[in-house]
Amino acid sequence: MKKLVTLLAAGAALTGAAAAQDLAVINGRVVTNTDQGQIENGGVLIRDGVIVSVGASIDVPDGIEVIDADGGWITPGIFAPVTQLGLIEVGAESSTSDSSASDSDFSVALDVEDSFNPNGTYLATSRMEGITRFAIVPSTGHNLFGGRGALGETSGSMDALFDTQSFVFADLSQSGASRAGGSRAAAWAFLEAAFGDARAYPGRYSSGHGDALGRYDAAALVDVVRGRIPLILEVDRATDIRRAIRFAAENVPVQIVIYGGAEAWIVAEELASSGIPVLIDPMRNLPSSFDALGSTLEAAARLDAAGVTVAYTTQTASGYFNPRLLPQHAGNAVTNGVSWDSAFRAITLTPAEIYGVGDQYGALAPGYLADVVVWDGDPLEVMSAPSHVIIDGDQTDLTSRQTRLRDRYADMDDTTPFAYRD
Amino acid sequence: MSLDWKRWTALLAAGLLAACSNGQDSDTDSVASDDGDDADLVRFDLDPYPSTYTPQPSDTTLITGATIFDGVGNEIENGDILIENGRISAIGQGLEAPEGANVVNAAGRFITPGVIDIHSHLGNYPSPSVDAHSDGNELTQPNTAEVWTEHSVWPQDPGFARALAGGVTTLQILPGSGNLFGGRGVILRNVAARTVQEMKFPGAPYTLKMACGENPARVYGGRGSSPATDMGNMAGYRAAWIRARDYRDSWHDHWDDPDNNSAPTRDLELDTLMGVLDGDILVQMHCYRADQMAQVIDMSQEFGYQVSAFHHGVEAYKIPDLLAEADICAAVWADWGGFKMEAYDTIRENLALIHANGACAMIHSDNALNIQRLNQEVAKALSDGRRMGLDISDADAVSWFTSNPARALGIADETGSLETGKRADIVIWSAHPFSTYAHADTVFIDGAVMFDRASGVQPISDFDIGQIGEGDD
Repeated sequence: MKKLVTLLAAGAALTGAAAAQDLAVINGRVVTNTDQGQIENGGVLIRDGVIVSVGASIDVPDGIEVIDADGGWITPGIFAPVTQLGLIEVGAESSTSDSSASDSDFSVALDVEDSFNPNGTYLATSRMEGITRFAIVPSTGHNLFGGRGALGETSGSMDALFDTQSFVFADLSQSGASRAGGSRAAAWAFLEAAFGDARAYPGRYSSGHGDALGRYDAAALVDVVRGRIPLILEVDRATDIRRAIRFAAENVPVQIVIYGGAEAWIVAEELASSGIPVLIDPMRNLPSSFDALGSTLEAAARLDAAGVTVAYTTQTASGYFNPRLLPQHAGNAVTNGVSWDSAFRAITLTPAEIYGVGDQYGALAPGYLADVVVWDGDPLEVMSAPSHVIIDGDQTDLTSRQTRLRDRYADMDDTTPFAYRD
Repeated sequence: MSLDWKRWTALLAAGLLAACSNGQDSDTDSVASDDGDDADLVRFDLDPYPSTYTPQPSDTTLITGATIFDGVGNEIENGDILIENGRISAIGQGLEAPEGANVVNAAGRFITPGVIDIHSHLGNYPSPSVDAHSDGNELTQPNTAEVWTEHSVWPQDPGFARALAGGVTTLQILPGSGNLFGGRGVILRNVAARTVQEMKFPGAPYTLKMACGENPARVYGGRGSSPATDMGNMAGYRAAWIRARDYRDSWHDHWDDPDNNSAPTRDLELDTLMGVLDGDILVQMHCYRADQMAQVIDMSQEFGYQVSAFHHGVEAYKIPDLLAEADICAAVWADWGGFKMEAYDTIRENLALIHANGACAMIHSDNALNIQRLNQEVAKALSDGRRMGLDISDADAVSWFTSNPARALGIADETGSLETGKRADIVIWSAHPFSTYAHADTVFIDGAVMFDRASGVQPISDFDIGQIGEGDD
């Protein structure tokens, strides 16, 4: 059925008909993520999948479909900056996992676009919780590079990826050091050598081998070395983060993004002045390793106070199953000292900006693509949930395999055999 | 099922073996009368690693003006609680402060019983998770009923203090789930201490961790040994119960008639299983799938023991009728799943559906982060349940992290609810505990303030001291 929908949509596009609905969402607290701030009671007008107006009073054209938020909240869709949605269906079953490739000869060249499954069942469960956009980050395998990531949306479309080869992931933490041969020094030497290979690509490979990377991997790293796409570096220890800052300064125009960042707050000033963004899980507060002894619930507020660009992750939850918990993680940042607006921005507009799409996603403003979520309460409260999720201007289905199971087993008194129920 | 921890304590205090058959309380006296009369009677100490827990000094304290959830289904607006000698001496409205009492104004705030986590690996899989700290699972043979996880618990795990900041006052530490019989669990007060003995809940029963399904089959099947399948798992449990039954009969024969029946040779593994058959050790069974739980229920009836709780119970919502009928609780997550096939059918309404269909339900963490926010986990499950139309009060849902785990741990006479005479294990929350924005402001254990956010009262483990993160929450 999903295939059919895709075909119909493609057919509609060919005939020039508008696929996206025109919609007005009214009567809610509007979180804009712009200078407009929060509008206590307002709405959003969507035409052809694009937001055309946002305000306390919007002109609703006759005949247009209206969604009444009923005093709830109207926000941009949640953007989960680090996930493995669509890469893994059942964690322990390697036959269902496409997140890493330890036995491959390749690393940077691996492209998650080829692994991503838009029919994975956790796209729907994420969408139901208000996640509309996400980045797919591959895990490391052959060496400390995981490969090239992509950006997707959760509508369930077979064409869910809206940006591919969007960034490269590398692990420079203790586990990356282990992969590189056993020490941090080995990891950074490998990274330096890999950059050298990419800079010298293709010339170096016409007559010989790279120092660190094979030809395909070096080719795939060129966009990173030239600063066209970000390099996401997983590091936790404060000294490793300083090393990454230095690496960025020595390798202009590379764009570094720190992921993990357990001790980033310790070097917050340097991060702020270097402009390097950090992707952290605000709920991470255990000294889970000797790299992360400084983990604390205060981290998000301290980074915020220092002016560091911060987006939130669900690093401590499962990356393929529970990115949907991102609003809870942001809510806990608020509980521990971050302002509500800042925390909400860290799961919407800021991640979009980090991935270079902040002019299209993450805010409710004219010209932005219409990812709009209507909630029955404060979206950062654990008891709230979306009542409507609009992606690219289309209302989406808020059911999943999980809700189907729920409904099948909801009534223990019904005598219909379970397998004959819906 | 005999969950009478007081009887257990009494027997321990008398230095006697709990020889009561089938969990009935009739034999206590006759065993006692045997004591000293018969020189050939072989006994052994059931409590060789006794609790040395001593509550911290506490003041007579009146907490006033809060919204109180008592843990057993009641909500009291503008309520007061009086703590005397570490116990709750009164609860209600308009209580009078005794002379000299410390008065805590909790107006606008919320009170619940101390949070109880029935499934934790704090101390046996502690932070930091380095090689030396993997102390939770003796994966050397499928039946390790002989190990006691208290012998693995590292009291300096920094996770205990983080859990306290989330309101946790009592927790069960369990062995891992790679074995059919993982060994004994231990129930702890969440108090910073030098030794596990100083944390052990006085008089709490011992528990036995068992595990269904993929984990044991994967661990041992992967080594080319049994069990390699679900049916191998069942055969492994049943063979062990048969041996345990013989062992128990031999001991009981000996105690009943030592002149004609010599004592069997002590066997640590069978000691634990005998404790289950005698109703003194509570089975905590890791099981995900509905059909697996149904097999275990039949097995428990085959051998005459009671399962106290199924842990994880991802498919418990499919069989609430079977659970209610067998009087077995389910300890579950709010929204974890997908990590293996037997966790594939997870739904967010599991906890609420189990409860609504009349079975005993509770949250559990199995995780050093989730244990810090079990109130939020319950809130998620409650809101999802309500959204599908289940009518469950806030006060009832509070039982999911308080009295229901106390019941499944056999300590409900002592903690898990705010009732006169109970231990004063109390959390004052800054806001409704089902709000993301609620902090545990103050945590009392046995009436003593063990954590207080405003004044900075908090434990700092030896591991944390002198480290970068010292004192941070």
